[in-house]
Amino acid sequence: MRPLTTEETSTFFDKLSKYIGENIKLLVDRQDGAYCFRLHKDRVYYLSEDQLKIGSSAAGECLLSIGSCFGKFTKSGKFHLHVTALDYLAPYAKHKVWLKSSAEQQFLYGHHVMKSGLGRITESTEQYQGVIVYNMNDLPLGFGVAAKSTLNCRNCDPMTIVVFHQADTGEYIRNEDALT
Amino acid sequence: MAATQSVVDSILSTTDDSKFKTIQVDSAELIELDEGNLLAVNENKVDTKEFRKRTEEILLSSTRDATQCLFNSLWQLPVEQVEGAYVVKLPEPKTWLPREKPVPKKKPLTKWQEYAKSKGILNKKKSRMVWDELSQEYKPRWGYKRANDDTQEWAIEVPDNADPMEDQFAKRKNAKKERVAKNELQRLRNIARSQKSKVPGVGLTPTEKPSKDQLSKALAVAHKSTASIGKFTDRLPKEKPSRFTGKKRKFEPSIGNLKSEKEKQLNLIETNAKKLPKIDMAKATNRALRQEEQTASREKQSRKTPKKAKGKKALGLGKKASGGRTGGGNKKTRGKRKR
Repeated sequence: MRPLTTEETSTFFDKLSKYIGENIKLLVDRQDGAYCFRLHKDRVYYLSEDQLKIGSSAAGECLLSIGSCFGKFTKSGKFHLHVTALDYLAPYAKHKVWLKSSAEQQFLYGHHVMKSGLGRITESTEQYQGVIVYNMNDLPLGFGVAAKSTLNCRNCDPMTIVVFHQADTGEYIRNEDALT
Repeated sequence: MAATQSVVDSILSTTDDSKFKTIQVDSAELIELDEGNLLAVNENKVDTKEFRKRTEEILLSSTRDATQCLFNSLWQLPVEQVEGAYVVKLPEPKTWLPREKPVPKKKPLTKWQEYAKSKGILNKKKSRMVWDELSQEYKPRWGYKRANDDTQEWAIEVPDNADPMEDQFAKRKNAKKERVAKNELQRLRNIARSQKSKVPGVGLTPTEKPSKDQLSKALAVAHKSTASIGKFTDRLPKEKPSRFTGKKRKFEPSIGNLKSEKEKQLNLIETNAKKLPKIDMAKATNRALRQEEQTASREKQSRKTPKKAKGKKALGLGKKASGGRTGGGNKKTRGKRKR
């Protein structure tokens, strides 16, 4: 377990800022205690100082997971967010997409969001902007990337993909063994 | 040739013409053939009016003519029979097709070639054969049975200030080996450079008069060349750490100063935020497009107004009403009020 290098931090923050913008500050600088990001086996974990102190007493190869995993660095140095980060992304989300109840299940099975399943979308969402996906009861379901801007969404046919799927809460069941 | 033609002729003669469709082609002169590419181009003119009426028919018939011509000419070529099948050897293609792959890139210059180019050094052609004094005949400059071969000498004079016990033959052999090794290394380095991969450090190549840089590099290598990778090598007093040792990756401690870490990250966020463009591109382009539209429509209006004021009465008012419409009402009332 080690802190992130500056390069790693900047790629990680770049990715996070696609979803929550400058709200990363609120994750880094918290009122209710010191929290930090730590890298362990290519995965980035978000944990409190107390957790850090307890966790650092464990040998590296024995430690499976600590705090909550935000995602992992790929071998080529890119960062992939995992669904476990959703709890931290959803409250600070800049751009949101709400799904109709009919499209909810499709999304939770790992499919992209079609125009027909789109309930609402945040105004001024650009193309390829990271978005958090909610259902109509404002329950965060996952996140993805806007395939069309809000303007383009209005006049496209119902079967076009509007949001590319990246992660959804269904992964807790589907991908149980890979999530940490 | 004669035998193959006889095969074709015999087939043609034995078949009954009336059973099959004709192989005659009218207007065969304008059909260009390129047997090498199996290409036939029908350049007969087509009446456009007729073509619009019977497109399918005309296309079919012209294609048939061209194809028939092509096959007729193919049967004129020497035919062979291979395992029961008739095989024709096609002539060289006449039409040149564009190449499939891009033109191969030029071989990158080696380091010496680059240097020679920048200095304007030209290759002087040397003759291959050289006069050999010893044998009194011409011999190759280098290689097997070369002229003035110094490896074949039976005695070597010991140089003035050399160690008399040193084996001069072994020294010469060693020097040659090192030259060959150095050349091989440089060849590999040139390959690595041309493939844009990381050029491996050669380390140390034997040089006559090493520079300060080379010496310090040699020292750094020598320091490390022990079983414990230089851990216990004695250092000189006040010796500076070598420039040529690699740097080790170092990470911050896991439980360090959390406050400073936080500040660093906040700084990073701010600097990254500054890098981002503050302009919303979609919005900006939309605004620009709208402005353009507006100006265009305004220009259109201003162009239209002088056209409207073309009548005889309006011409008289031209100087006064240069800015466009000034008075209200339609044409008739405007004219009346002025009187």
